Parts: sequence; C-alpha cells; structure tokens
Amino acid sequence: MIFLDNLINGLSLGSIYAIIALGYTMVYGIAKMLNFAHGDVIMVGAYIAFCGLQYWGLPPVIAILAAMAVCTVLGVTIEGLAYRPLRQAASLAVLITAIGMSYLLQNIALMIWGANPKFFPPTFINSTTFKLGQLNISSATVITILANIVIMVGLTLFTAKTKMGKAMRCVSEDRGAAELMGINVNRTISVTFAIGSALAAIAGVLLCSSYPTLQPTTGSMPGIKAFTAAVFGGIGSIPGAMLGGVLLGVIEIFGKAYISTELGDAIVFAVLIVVLLVKPSGLLGKPVREKV
Amino acid sequence: MSETENRTPLLRVHDLHVYYGAIHAIKGISLEVYKNEIVTLIGANGAGKSTTLNTIAGLLKPRQGTVELEGTVLNGLGASRIVPKGLSLCPEGRRIFQQMTVRENLEMGSYTRPNSEIAASLEEMFQRFPRLKERERQIAGTLSGGEQQMLAMARALMSRPSILMLDEPSMGLAPILVEQIFDIITELHQAGTTILLVEQNAQMALQVADRAYVMETGHITLQGPAEDLLHNEAVQKAYLGS
Repeated sequence: MIFLDNLINGLSLGSIYAIIALGYTMVYGIAKMLNFAHGDVIMVGAYIAFCGLQYWGLPPVIAILAAMAVCTVLGVTIEGLAYRPLRQAASLAVLITAIGMSYLLQNIALMIWGANPKFFPPTFINSTTFKLGQLNISSATVITILANIVIMVGLTLFTAKTKMGKAMRCVSEDRGAAELMGINVNRTISVTFAIGSALAAIAGVLLCSSYPTLQPTTGSMPGIKAFTAAVFGGIGSIPGAMLGGVLLGVIEIFGKAYISTELGDAIVFAVLIVVLLVKPSGLLGKPVREKV
Repeated sequence: MSETENRTPLLRVHDLHVYYGAIHAIKGISLEVYKNEIVTLIGANGAGKSTTLNTIAGLLKPRQGTVELEGTVLNGLGASRIVPKGLSLCPEGRRIFQQMTVRENLEMGSYTRPNSEIAASLEEMFQRFPRLKERERQIAGTLSGGEQQMLAMARALMSRPSILMLDEPSMGLAPILVEQIFDIITELHQAGTTILLVEQNAQMALQVADRAYVMETGHITLQGPAEDLLHNEAVQKAYLGS
C-alpha cells in the first residue's frame, strides 16, 4: 500500500515537473535558449492566483485564468525586452540574462509580497479525498495528473496540426529557412513564450495545491528540477519533457521514501548524470545531426 | 534579348554593399532581371554569389544600395515580409525541413498564402515533380539528394513567386541528377517563371540562361548575353576549365 501511495505521489509531483518542463523544452526547441526565469514565472503565477483567492475573492477558476493571463503577458514581455535584443548574441550572454531575469522576478516578488511564506488557500483542486480500498488519493493528485495528460495531448496536436504549430517546428529546425517561407520568427518565438508561461501559471497553482507554502523562491527548486527533467527526457522534445518529468517525480519520491529523505534530491541528479553518460541527448532526444 | 533595355526590370539591384562585420563582402554590385528571363550569376567560391542572393531575399541587411521588386523597395523588410511580395529563394544546401513530411514541407512553402489556394498549388507541384507525389507522406530527411533538391525547388515555388532565386541547385548531385535539375529549370522557364540562378557549374548555367553576370571578390566583372560569355575566352579560362 505504501508502495502504491508513493507511486501516486511520485506521478503527481512528476506531472507538475512535466508541465514546467514543457515550458523549458518548447522555448529551448524553438528559441534555442535556456530560460532560467521560467521557474520564477511559476512563482508569479502562484502569487497571482493566491491574491485572486485570498484578497480579491475571485472564484478559483477565474483566479487561475487571471494567473495565466498575467504570466502570458509577463513571459512575452520578458522575451521582448530581455531576450529579443540578444537574438544574435552569444548564447552565454542570453543565459546570463535569463539568470538575471530570474533574480529580478524573485526580488520584485519580495518587494510586493514580502519574505514571509503565504499559505495557499484550499480550492476545489484539493478539497476532496478519494478512497480506493486502503488508498487515500487527494483530488489535487488526480487533477494534476489529468491536467498533465490534457496539456500533453493538446500541445502535441497543436504542433502537429495547426499552422502556428507547424511554423514552430520550422523555426525549431532551421530559423533561416523558416523565414524564407514567410514565417515571422519573432512572433513565433513570442507565441512559444506565451504558451510556456501560461502553462507555468497552471503548474504554479497545481504545485501550491499540493505544497501550499508560497514564497518568492517557491519557483526556483521546481524550476531547476523541471529543467533537469527536460534534459533527462531529451530537451526540445515534448513527449521527452513528459517522460522526464514523470520519471523524475517518481524517482524523487521513491528515493526519499526508501533510501534517504535528505538525499532525495541528490539521487534525482545522480540518475540524471547516469542517463546523460549513457545517452547524452536524453531519453527521447534526437541525436545531434552532423551538418554535411 | 536585345529589347530588354527598354523595359523596366522585374528585379533591380542597385549599388549593393554588404558587410560581414568588418569584411566588405559585396562591393557595390548592380544587376537587373527582366520578366521571363533566366539570369545567372557565376563566379568562384567566395565571390559573393550566395551573399548577394541572401541579401536580396532579406536574410542579410545591406549597408548601402537598394533592392527593388516591380518598383517596390525591399531592403529593410526582412525575409518573412519579402516572400509575400513575390520573391522566393531556394537556398544553398536545400535546407528542407528534414523532420517534416514532403507534403508538410510544401505546405510551409505556401505559408503566406490563403489556405483555399494551397490545394491547387500542391496539385500543380505534384504534376511537375511526380517523384514528390510518390513520396508525399515520407519524412523529407529520408529523401535522396536529388529528391531533396526537387522538394526545395517545389517548396520555393509554392509561394507563387514572380521571381525564383536558386542558389547552387546542382551542388553535391551526381551528373545525371544535375542534368535533371537543369531540365526542370528549363521547363520552369518555358512555363514563364523568371529565374535568378547562382551556380558553380558555369557551363550548365550559361547554357540555360539568357543573360549572365560574372562575380569576382564582391564585384561584377563581366556581364552580357549568356551565349557570348559561354564563348568568352576569359570566362572559358577561369570558369569553364578549357
């Protein structure tokens, strides 16, 4: 029973990682950059939802939509102001800008909401517990896993079928050739950031529904772990982000339950190192093609 | 075509200067392409032929000079806004989308056109390139070199350009495929497509072209009817290997 309990908790945590990892992987695949501020967008999303529920008295669904809207605008703004001017710059410059952006967001949150942890109010997401034999499953767990699946399927269909989705695949493969098709590369990258950031808001709410303490650094550890998950699954790959996220969550929970609570995170990263040694492009990553 | 001087050119490049950082790659070239012509730009490796095409297409920004298509100034627009004006570049090295299917590649070629017009253009391309029809659902990266070149050309035509620019279409292909590609270029020409062709295979290029420009280290050193250049001694010595 404890085993099943742990497995379900792992799947739930892993689903949150997976949703965050999608943001990393899409932005990396299309804009070829690591957006280390992504984890902090999650935190902003969680704070907006928190304010909506606690101070503004919004119904939970509206609070979540508000968080998504704010994060979308935030993501597109960050991209336009901080990353777009560096499109031709060395990737190291972009990386450092992203780290700077991460600290900027954390400190703005510190100014607005203070350092004291806030308690994320309960919503319909975590209001009920299902009994399955001896198992107690929180509705937050079920909703998180379901949300992950819906988002995965939705994004896969979006990139496979829609015109914008196909344009994203073109930009991801060859930016210059995409431009020659008449694709507006800047707009495509903006849309990618918009989608990633809206997902970050959802991830923030789900995260705080399961782990309700909210502070300005709330996003950083899940952000790093989700980045790890994206690399684990093969960065740039949407199914890879899903697989990497879920596996990472399960490994973390099992590591904490059966090996050592303190070493849980260390186990996660050790597994990552082993996977990258054996398969450097990640579990579902495509091997880097040699240019002829 | 002796009457060309009296008509306005479809594409007019005037005094174009392009830099790569401090390197002055294109040093003030001017050229014209008239409707229904094939014009070829020949020259050695590094002469600036591809740079010229990339600048016309908007991938590179010129520091000085103008590019005009049917009287509209194009420079400064950026490649994605130039395509719908009627100029299409089939780039060097083909650069098809390797992970997409043949059909998806073609559809991307018509990205800027209304969806309702795409089916007819697809049909047209499948008629001209029957091999692509056979491979419609195949991932483009699995095509042979010659097929990939056909796909790249068909994709460039899917935007219905008033001028098609081809950058080294014969590069890396077996001689028999080179002939096929040049047959296709001739057919496109007969169907009324205006073409600006960059080639290292000067012999073949001069045979299909109406007029030609010879480029050397960023300058145009020679121009005239392709027929004349084909028999020009200096050109023969430098580029035709005889």
